[in-house]
Amino acid sequence: MWVYEKKLQYPVRVTRPNPGLAKNIITQYGGPDGELAASLRYLTQRYTMPTGQAIAVLNDIGTEELAHMEIVAALVYGLLQGASIEMIKKAGMDGYYADHDKALYFVNAVGAPWTATYIQSKGDPIADLHENLAAEEKARATYEYLIQLSDDPEVTDVLRFLRQREIVHFQRFGETLDLVQEHLNHRHYFYAP
Amino acid sequence: MREDRERMEMLKELQELSFVALEFNLYLDTHPCDRRALAEYNCFTQAYQAAKMRYERMYGPITNFGYAPSQYPWQWIETPWPWQIGSEEDC
Repeated sequence: MWVYEKKLQYPVRVTRPNPGLAKNIITQYGGPDGELAASLRYLTQRYTMPTGQAIAVLNDIGTEELAHMEIVAALVYGLLQGASIEMIKKAGMDGYYADHDKALYFVNAVGAPWTATYIQSKGDPIADLHENLAAEEKARATYEYLIQLSDDPEVTDVLRFLRQREIVHFQRFGETLDLVQEHLNHRHYFYAP
Repeated sequence: MREDRERMEMLKELQELSFVALEFNLYLDTHPCDRRALAEYNCFTQAYQAAKMRYERMYGPITNFGYAPSQYPWQWIETPWPWQIGSEEDC
């Protein structure tokens, strides 16, 4: 069960339409290292984690990623609001507009739709946690590229918050990997009475 | 306008308090025996719940499904939704 909170995790303020920036930021909505992929990856991997601790981390970070998906959506929505057809054409977002108007859809920065092949769920907790560590670093790198591409300080502020969260998640996944490895090693000891 | 500013300030406080609670939550997931962190988590949880109730009394529920009561008529459907707050056209 999930409970929705009618608030963003971090305030988003977009005052100027900017379809060119929206076109790039949308990759964190539906791209390979985006928030949809992140949330679904962790939430589906949690079932086969071996300890309550590891399940909690995947459950909670997966849930926070859903909130990040909403923040990214709010950015893209805000940047497309009030954008004229001329601005959309100039930004090269006319193809997206033909299919979706200004609606939110799960694509990467060049329009490729989201695919479950972006994520894996291997059943092996060591393999899955390594994937998650890599996923956090790839998302961090993407936010850094987006910060370089951003020409709107209000948007950059939000991108910085999201970038910082990837670093914290990487830290928690690293600790979880250590704890799971310790747990798996312990299982091999047998005590004679 | 003044009410709007007050609302945004209260909302920001909610965002701050729930972020601190979330951050301690994730930390405790990998440090379950850290008593100081646990005390902080419980403290911020209490502060968040109190701030949430204050906000909801004035502006309607931010959680549904039995987590917050509603006045008449059903307030959940009221705008603005979160993504409508920051952009100029709405609210």
